Amino acid sequence: MIAIQQPRQGNWIIVMSFVVAIMLMALPLPDWAVNWRPAWVAIVLIYWCMAVPDRVGIAVGWFLGLLLDVQQSTVLGQNALGLALIAFITIKSYQRMRVYPLAQQAVLVCFYLLLYELIMLWITGYLGTSTRDWTYWMPAITSMLLWPWLFIVMRDVRRKYHIS
Amino acid sequence: MIVDHNQGHLKVIRSALSTLVYPLQYVVNLPVEAAVWISNSLVTRSNLLEENDRLKQEHLLLSSKLQRYEVLETENRRLRKLLESSFRLNDKVLIAELVAVELQSFRRQIVINKGQREGAYDGQPIVDASGIMGQIVHVGPFSSTVLLITDPNHALPVQVNRNGLRAIAVGTGQNDKLLLEHLPNNVDIRVGDLIISSGLGRRFPSGYPVGQIEKISRDLGETFAKVMIKPSAQLSQSREVLMVWPYEHINEISTEAAELAIK
Repeated sequence: MIAIQQPRQGNWIIVMSFVVAIMLMALPLPDWAVNWRPAWVAIVLIYWCMAVPDRVGIAVGWFLGLLLDVQQSTVLGQNALGLALIAFITIKSYQRMRVYPLAQQAVLVCFYLLLYELIMLWITGYLGTSTRDWTYWMPAITSMLLWPWLFIVMRDVRRKYHIS
Repeated sequence: MIVDHNQGHLKVIRSALSTLVYPLQYVVNLPVEAAVWISNSLVTRSNLLEENDRLKQEHLLLSSKLQRYEVLETENRRLRKLLESSFRLNDKVLIAELVAVELQSFRRQIVINKGQREGAYDGQPIVDASGIMGQIVHVGPFSSTVLLITDPNHALPVQVNRNGLRAIAVGTGQNDKLLLEHLPNNVDIRVGDLIISSGLGRRFPSGYPVGQIEKISRDLGETFAKVMIKPSAQLSQSREVLMVWPYEHINEISTEAAELAIK
């Protein structure tokens, strides 16, 4: 039997959320706050990979990473590799993540982002542009603290527009 | 990634993607623009009068200096003719505006709102009113990315204005510090010396101010002296920057134009 295809609603909501995330990455912050900026694109990507893994996946992560590379003028493919990897891990573990309580999810997100930052550090280290500042790892912590809030907001948005 | 780092094949892709990203950067920049516009339109009359006075005085001062400069330039040209060397034309410049967006942290880069359409090219020098700021590293259709001279990956050939001593100024990652590398301990250099670009390396035009020497520490145990420069360009404050087309590049363009005209 052919399964009845549900119309896929809300593609533009997903696109808009990524657009907003990229804009938040580009938003100028005061000097002291720059290194504490959450990795907006990465956590929004994790959310969508967890909520609708059949629509948002590695390819989306890769393309977002390319856009981020151009925006931040890093080497083309640096963020693409990192985000594709994050999408891959999330898609592998979304069934477990969904049943975790919020706090545990946040800790898991923190670990994913630390991995992402480690890859960024390897690549920039190979290019000779890396840093030894300890605040380099801060986006993972701020993203972890932000995760419960982001999760609830995004869940409400997703339910409102019936995205599944 | 390796291809992008070592070769230039992906420039096309990068500039195509930058057309996608530029609208986002433009939107992010809008509130800043609006704030500037509002504060400009709410200036009081007395402030304007004051500023007008100040500008008039400055104009007078500068035009008197300019008179002297013109005399010097003709004299310079005459002397160079005597020496039979080619004289330097004035560089062509264009004003660009900063786009207030954040790039990768831990690097010193800015985005400006001029790109291929205006004739920007890779490696083009960027200066502001008081000194050299950096060079363009990525050109998009409407915007380009500038690497500042304070970036740890940037090195700039310079010379000391007082005695013509050549050196390399390397960025440190801090906004108000440059390092002069490989200068021996006994070299003739003093705090307060003006450092200008030497034009070696044929990327930056020569004679633009880079900074002033702020600190020299001569440790006898070390091979080289540690020389700190304070950049004279307002690296973290200017909103308008100047793109410079140095002499050689203009020449290329004008010969191309001449050839086209002949055809």
